[in-house]
Amino acid sequence: MNTIKRTAGGRIILKRPSLARIVLNGTVAALILLTAWGYFTIDTKGIALVEAARQTLRYLGVMFGAPWAVASHWGLPQDAGSVQTFFTACRQIVITLALAFLTTLIGGFVALVLGLFAARNLTNDKVSNAIKGLLSVIRAVPTVLWVLIFAIGAGLGAEAAVIGMSFHTIGHLLKAYSESFEELDEGVLEALRASGATWLQIVFQAVLPSSASYLLSWTFIRFEINFAVAVAMGAAAGAGGIGYELYMSSGYYFDMHELGYITYLIIFIALVMEVIAVGLKKRYHVHD
Amino acid sequence: MPAVGRYFCRQKLKFTLIFLGLVLIYWTASRITEFNLIDGFRAAPRVITWFFTNLIPDAKAWERFPRILDKLIETIFMSVMATVTAAVVSFIFAVMGSRTTRINTVIGGISRVVASINRNIPIAVWAMVFLLAFGLSGFTGFLALFFYTFGFLTRAFIETIDEASASSVEALRAVGASYPHIITQAVVPSSLPQMISWILYMIETNIRSATLVGLLTGSGIGFMFSIYYKSLQYKSAALVILSLVAVVLTIELISNVLRRLIL
Repeated sequence: MNTIKRTAGGRIILKRPSLARIVLNGTVAALILLTAWGYFTIDTKGIALVEAARQTLRYLGVMFGAPWAVASHWGLPQDAGSVQTFFTACRQIVITLALAFLTTLIGGFVALVLGLFAARNLTNDKVSNAIKGLLSVIRAVPTVLWVLIFAIGAGLGAEAAVIGMSFHTIGHLLKAYSESFEELDEGVLEALRASGATWLQIVFQAVLPSSASYLLSWTFIRFEINFAVAVAMGAAAGAGGIGYELYMSSGYYFDMHELGYITYLIIFIALVMEVIAVGLKKRYHVHD
Repeated sequence: MPAVGRYFCRQKLKFTLIFLGLVLIYWTASRITEFNLIDGFRAAPRVITWFFTNLIPDAKAWERFPRILDKLIETIFMSVMATVTAAVVSFIFAVMGSRTTRINTVIGGISRVVASINRNIPIAVWAMVFLLAFGLSGFTGFLALFFYTFGFLTRAFIETIDEASASSVEALRAVGASYPHIITQAVVPSSLPQMISWILYMIETNIRSATLVGLLTGSGIGFMFSIYYKSLQYKSAALVILSLVAVVLTIELISNVLRRLIL
């Protein structure tokens, strides 16, 4: 293909039609076409869009306009119960945080062990590829389905929720952990191997101590994500906690005030955790 | 060497304390949530048996396959639509919020805060909010995915612009290019590949999130699964899972190929 063109007017046009350019433009065009097609075929179920949007705005106004006006199925009167309401909500938040913590801890532990076998510098390519391949299949199944599948065996509740949520946690952390293991200086490993250190000694004396801070900040980032996941599982898979309250107030009681109240609390917790996570990322130069 | 000895001693003490702390929180968290790890493990054999007995769809499940496929396609479209639409809005917010291209610090701060709030509201909350007015229509899921994706992509795009375009923006500014020129000639070309990569990642994530939203709001593939699951038609439910895995893996594969070509 010509890379330099001259128009009739004498203008010189430089063009480098690279493969990357073509693929990029093709991707953009395909995405736009799919989106347009999606807009034409979306199932509206006869909803009047403008009316629904206006209604949503009104609901949002009620939700976030007066968060203190919470009266609810928590059985507390509006005026006397504000402190009690707050404690009830906090207890549910703590349950959700506890579910997120258990998931992160158990998932983190499994990911740590598997991550050692998935890091290319500590194992062979076959094992590493096998673990990574298995995990991409596990990651393909949404968390909510994992929780529901485990509920068949364990019944709806904390066990199904925590184990179901662990799958994606393991997938995420394993990738993060094994990549930080792989960043380890090859010379250190060689020196230890040459001096006759066993695999376990290498792991405990070199690999884990030098990547501990990375592991910690990644684990916290996952904890932050797991909080949101635990909220969702409470709403969709009966895991309890604040997510369940959210589902009840929206799906059953249509209590706008309570929905707003709960949302405020969730945003607050999430923002606090994000601030901590950003701080950790900056401190340890972690990029996700 | 006492100094080294003391160092290791302190390290050991630190790790022991962290370990004990974790055990304590674990114990408390288990008590609060009535979680029992042993019970959880006991369920594992049953779950594995469930998988193997239901992995191969029966005739009835295959009969339903066209409907499942239909809902699956609906879910894919929903995910692409929400992601691309959110990406367009995110781009504007990212240009406003990025340190490299923002007009002034006030607008920059506002767009960052708006994005941050959107990102920190879990997708389940968005779904519950829109469910009230939009009911079981496709818009409920679309809007829930849209708002979360918008929050996420704005942060990703801000980072991309700061990383990829800072030098070219500076160069164009130095030669006196106008603001629109800087955006179209420096920001877009230098950060588009990375942004497309983020969009592909989000499409993949949103297919999974759309399943969750569908379960909550009664639409798409999540609803199909929920129906079969609740009526104990596990072979059909397993077929839903299998087709979902196939779709997600295919999209991941396509994304990886595209990424290798454009980045």
